[in-house]
Amino acid sequence: MREIDVASVRDTVAELCMEACYYLPSAVLNKLQAAESTEESPLGKEILGTLIENAQLAKKKAVPICQDTGLTVVFIEIGQEVHFTGGDLYSAIHAGVAKGYTEGYLRKSSVTDPVFVRKNTGDNTPAIIHASIVPGDKVHMIVCPKGCGSENMGALKMLKPADGVEGIIKFVVDTVRSAGPNPCPPITVGVGIGGNMEKAALLAKYSLTRQAGEHNPDPQYAALEEKLLELVNATGVGPSGLGGRTTALAVNVEYTATHIGGLPVAVNLNCHAARRAEAVL
Amino acid sequence: MSEQAVIKYIQAPLSAETIKDLRAGDVVRISGYIYTARDAAHKRLYEALGRGEQLPLDLKDNVIYYVGPTPAKPGEIVGSAGPTTSGRMDKYTPTMLEQGLKGMIGKGLRSQEVIDACVKNGAVYFVAIGGAAAVIAQSIVEEKMIAYEDLGPEAIRRYKVKDFPAIVCIDSQGNDFYKVGIARYSRE
Repeated sequence: MREIDVASVRDTVAELCMEACYYLPSAVLNKLQAAESTEESPLGKEILGTLIENAQLAKKKAVPICQDTGLTVVFIEIGQEVHFTGGDLYSAIHAGVAKGYTEGYLRKSSVTDPVFVRKNTGDNTPAIIHASIVPGDKVHMIVCPKGCGSENMGALKMLKPADGVEGIIKFVVDTVRSAGPNPCPPITVGVGIGGNMEKAALLAKYSLTRQAGEHNPDPQYAALEEKLLELVNATGVGPSGLGGRTTALAVNVEYTATHIGGLPVAVNLNCHAARRAEAVL
Repeated sequence: MSEQAVIKYIQAPLSAETIKDLRAGDVVRISGYIYTARDAAHKRLYEALGRGEQLPLDLKDNVIYYVGPTPAKPGEIVGSAGPTTSGRMDKYTPTMLEQGLKGMIGKGLRSQEVIDACVKNGAVYFVAIGGAAAVIAQSIVEEKMIAYEDLGPEAIRRYKVKDFPAIVCIDSQGNDFYKVGIARYSRE
């Protein structure tokens, strides 16, 4: 049994919130630079150049890459040998988000109830926490602030098994095409296939925690990712949706077992910044 | 944007001559005064008009920037301040244009009703680069709180801007540059 004080979880979450919002992941920066050199649209090329300049400026000044610092999604894998002390874990995560967003001058974008009051909670809490128990005595956290421009363009469809891979491809490409400029392309496309309704959605989100450029370890799904990327980039949506070859930097597919009668597919789009930061305690 | 592209330097508030000269796809730099408003502020303005109340700002000839900035760090004028998705304001926009609003800055698709209202009222929809919030903030040289301060990032502020970078997306003739640009590069 290993004891971890939840205060260290709180402080780590706070730091990860700031890190994710200020610093574009280097793998994403590399992808943007590669796209800038191949983009055929002159305007698209300029836009990619501006996004690179923006990342460099945000890093230099330690300010947010984007004003929409999002709802704070926290994936936490807890080794089952860990015993948390000093308070409850979820409260510590929420406290870490409040601390990070307040001390880091990040925008507070969370409202209380979605329908009747919509009052800003003032500290960006509650975080959206996805916790899982894994073997070992470590705690692995990935913080992904996610803005609503991209989140609003996601979609979920309960396909039939007979729809097959063609149905999946059509649904993903249709979703990206109709999202057009709204999710701030070049985007990262997260796809969750299988499970049931909520599992597919969670897999799509989880796929966005990958480092840019990582593929699904299953060769068939890795090939599907490549195929989808090619087709998504054929839409012509391009940087900022103003036309071009670079609509997406990556397509990430995650899958799991499903029912004999089902083929759920969820698409979760991420903006150009594909923000993420991680730590192990 | 492109070094080859002609950049049009324009002043806000917008004159009728300026609007007439702007075409979808034009790259512009906007200087002058613009106002911020996004979802919650639009709802309040719209409801105030519905009750026959006077608005806390005169929309005539003005430009609204759809933005909810991050808090400014000490010593900074504004935080990061890039465009938010404009389509969420579509419900309210024709009413704002009827009040004399002449320009909007945001990002993303607009409804046919908004395009029609731009033609009817001689107005323009500009887009800024989504996600380029740190770069864009450098063109904001002054900030003043105008209304609805309780809305925090959604409050209405007045920005003095110098060479704010944008692209004309929908012009006063109803041309939509998203359609043109995407059709040019589609391989489908």
